[in-house]
Amino acid sequence: MSMDHSVVWIVIVSLAVGSFLIRFSFLGFIGDRPMPEWVLRHLRYTPVAVLPGLVAPLVLWPAATAGMPDPARLAAALVTLSVGYFSRNVLAAILSGAATLYALLFLLG
Amino acid sequence: MTSSNPKRYFLRGAQDALPFVLVIVPFALLFGVVATEAGLNVAEVMGFSVLVIAGAAQFTAVQLMTENAPTIIVILTALAVNLRMAMYSASLTPFLGKAPVWKRALVAYLMVDQAYALSQIKYELEPELTVPERFAYYIGTVVPLAPLWYAASYIGAVAGTQIPASFALDFALPITFLAMVAPALRTIAHVAAAATSVVLALLLTWMPYGSGLLVAAIGAMIVGAQIEGVMARRART
Repeated sequence: MSMDHSVVWIVIVSLAVGSFLIRFSFLGFIGDRPMPEWVLRHLRYTPVAVLPGLVAPLVLWPAATAGMPDPARLAAALVTLSVGYFSRNVLAAILSGAATLYALLFLLG
Repeated sequence: MTSSNPKRYFLRGAQDALPFVLVIVPFALLFGVVATEAGLNVAEVMGFSVLVIAGAAQFTAVQLMTENAPTIIVILTALAVNLRMAMYSASLTPFLGKAPVWKRALVAYLMVDQAYALSQIKYELEPELTVPERFAYYIGTVVPLAPLWYAASYIGAVAGTQIPASFALDFALPITFLAMVAPALRTIAHVAAAATSVVLALLLTWMPYGSGLLVAAIGAMIVGAQIEGVMARRART
């Protein structure tokens, strides 16, 4: 696949500057003044607001199977989510998800 | 009286972060592989991993670029993924806000999920730590992680094109993200936000170039915050 390399660098530099400013934000500019409650309350949900929406189409309509739902990938996603939820252990969730995926891909051919 | 001992806390931080090496290395390898297969060269892969140093946002950007999304959408969506770090920054501020500005800048550059989580817990459990000790602990937690993040990205980028499709590496990204999200589903508000995100993202796939994901994320944040507000009011009455 071809990529416009000047565009790639625009993305890299913008993300580098933007990410740094997000990370530095309160620490750098607010110092030890308190912050409005409502801002914190929204920020608290950013990971669970962005990542599930990003993953959902990749789980349901994987590009590797030309967008057709795939039993092995669906099962791997469910196992990862359950193990992660009950064990609260990221690594255990990744490993059991990967094991499920490979086992089913092997069994289902 | 106990004297300030930053070195001890630096070593403690490094030790506490060691298990995360097992997450960081495969994740970075995968980024190198996926980005290379998307058409990025080694310098660009390293540009991402060294300058942006945020796995989820890097993957998001590469994914959207392969979908030929407009550059501004790529940047905004990847930055939205990193917005959680504004929360990290806010919650570290009471503990590190008095450190010199160059130290705060270094903390900001190295702000990754694992360093934040470990440090936040440490600061709350040991409120008597001095600011230099807190800084030393934080830097300690990234010492085993950041260099391996760079190195594994490089190896992934170089080895990238030689990994066969039967490894189903396309699904390493969903698995990694699900594994990160699942333990974060601590309250009804978190579960509702995640569910909103999934439903809206799926309903809005017709919107051009992943902009549906931005709308879904904003909706999900509002739902989470609203439910938290309702639960808090109920708990008070």
